[in-house]
Amino acid sequence: MTGNYDKPLTERMRPDGSVVDLQAYERAGGYQAIRKVLRTGVTPTAVIEEVQNSNLRGRGGAGFRTGLKWSFVPRGKNVPDPTYLIVNADEMEPGTFKDRLLMERDPHQLIEGAMVAAFAIEADIAYIFLRGEYTLAADRLARAIAEAYERHYLGKNIFASGYSLELYLHLSGGRYICGDETGLLNALEGKRANPRSKPPFPPSVGLFGKPTVVNNVETISCVPHIINRGARWFLGLGRTQDGGTKLFGVSGKVKRPGLWELPMGTTMREILEEHAGGMLDGLNFRGLLPGGASTDFIVEKDLDTAMDFSALAKVGSRMGTGTMIVLDDRTCPVGMTWNLIHFFAQESCGFCTPCWSGLQWAERILKSMEEGHGQPGDLDKLAFQTKMWAPGHTVCALAPGAAEPLDSALKHFRDDFERHIREHRCPWR
Amino acid sequence: MLTAEEIQEIETEAEHYPKREAVCIDALRIVQRHRGWVSDENVRDIAEHLRMSVTDVDSVATFYNLIFRKPVGRHVVMICDSVSCWIMGYDRVRTHLRERLGIDYGQTTSDNRFTMLPIVCLGCCDHAPAMMVDRDLHSDLTPQKIDAAIEKYR
Ligand SMILES: Cc1cc2nc3c(=O)[nH]c(=O)nc-3n(C[C@H](O)[C@H](O)[C@H](O)COP(=O)(O)O)c2cc1C
Ligand code: SF4
Ligand code: FES
Repeated sequence: MTGNYDKPLTERMRPDGSVVDLQAYERAGGYQAIRKVLRTGVTPTAVIEEVQNSNLRGRGGAGFRTGLKWSFVPRGKNVPDPTYLIVNADEMEPGTFKDRLLMERDPHQLIEGAMVAAFAIEADIAYIFLRGEYTLAADRLARAIAEAYERHYLGKNIFASGYSLELYLHLSGGRYICGDETGLLNALEGKRANPRSKPPFPPSVGLFGKPTVVNNVETISCVPHIINRGARWFLGLGRTQDGGTKLFGVSGKVKRPGLWELPMGTTMREILEEHAGGMLDGLNFRGLLPGGASTDFIVEKDLDTAMDFSALAKVGSRMGTGTMIVLDDRTCPVGMTWNLIHFFAQESCGFCTPCWSGLQWAERILKSMEEGHGQPGDLDKLAFQTKMWAPGHTVCALAPGAAEPLDSALKHFRDDFERHIREHRCPWR
Repeated sequence: MLTAEEIQEIETEAEHYPKREAVCIDALRIVQRHRGWVSDENVRDIAEHLRMSVTDVDSVATFYNLIFRKPVGRHVVMICDSVSCWIMGYDRVRTHLRERLGIDYGQTTSDNRFTMLPIVCLGCCDHAPAMMVDRDLHSDLTPQKIDAAIEKYR
């Protein structure tokens, strides 16, 4: 097999932005992983073991071990029928723009990954749950799925192996909470996307009450390469103990905002300075959210931290989606926090009181602060609210996710908040 | 009344799910694609077709951002108001469009050409600020680019 395996996820992508179609994908070694699995009698358990050994962790935000999740799916004769695989392509986390690229440019990589994953959990039906605004991704995925069906790579008795899989594309009606895996299950069942309380977890009771695995687009896109090149190779791609490469992105006032496939464990400073070219001239760095809106602010002193799941946890933040949002010194941290909390307040599904009510309250406080009506005591009220959103107080992780940027902003930018209250205005306006 | 074409499209989607109600969101999207928005009458028709209660279909329809329960203009302009776009000049984009079109969020121009709405992150944050008009993404917005984009939609 040819190619530069430093960037397995993006190496086939074309600079002009056009799609890698089935022919081009196969020419580049595509559909070999699923062939290998189905034609040489690799067992589902062996696939799961390989993925477990690769240390692949979920790229959707939580970093859950993929092979481990797959191993929770019950198997054998008495298992409820059918089993489902769902690709989470909802990507609505503010500041996140990685899955769109994978779907628009190399949709067959995702389809092959879904086939291997579905085989591993012995699924009969797979869905790609795509947000409705991703119209180009929708067109290209629909085309790619049709190509795969025409070649009989999907459908009944694939590669004469006896294994059959149907793959459907579902377009969402649009709501951030659909991205939560149990909210997604309800959305796919045609209901309001309110998250379900857990347990039971989806691998035992999921879509329509059947065993279901939900995985992120980037997670699934890694799978064919792990099968082709082996767990050890994948592990070796990362610089730290978390295996593989990762799509890292930077947005905000930097010289070259963008998205790059880099070894897992690349430091934030390297991504920011070498790949994104540093801050725009005349601006200074103040902080960043490492992986989307629901991660804690990182400031200068921690910039040399590796972007990997455990290193980020050690400095009090999270990998999240791996796409960083940069705050510069001419942008108001209070305004930015207000924007973030406005988002979470608007997208709360309305089920848990600390979430819907507390987020609205916090948003009103931040708004009044920005408009020059902040009161002494407001910061304590905000801090109190974030405690109410702690994990365990609510059904899903939306409220705990909202607490992360607010809590860390109060910690790192306290002077800025206090100045808003003291001066009765936003100093940046 | 749902048209024969709408019914056929709904039935095609319905084959993808083991339960009929599951196609509810697809049905709303299909009707909206044909009619621009989803009226109370459409909700009743979908409910009847799927043998669901009208309240259930309505509660689903009102939950989702991309289902419009009020009439919209021929083109829908959706401006990203999430964090990266906010940092990169969302306020200027909104002000420019507001002045240019003479409408604000939730309103439609008097010639029925445009409706303006906010939308969350469009996954285009490295080319912020961004907006969508109908199915098209427009990025790295400047007043000139906004004007040029708007001209394309008649
Ligand atoms: C409010 C909320 C929104 C989420 N949005 C997404 C999303 O858009 N895409 C995604 O892959 N995961 C999202 N997640 C995480 C999923 O619940 C789930 O952990 C993930 O899809 C599992 O896939 P992975 O293990 O491959 O990461 C979200 C979680 C929450 C609480
Ligand atoms: S935490 Fe918020 S979004 Fe999640 S279930 Fe509760 S109310 Fe809904
Ligand atoms: S924040 Fe506007 S496109 Fe992501």
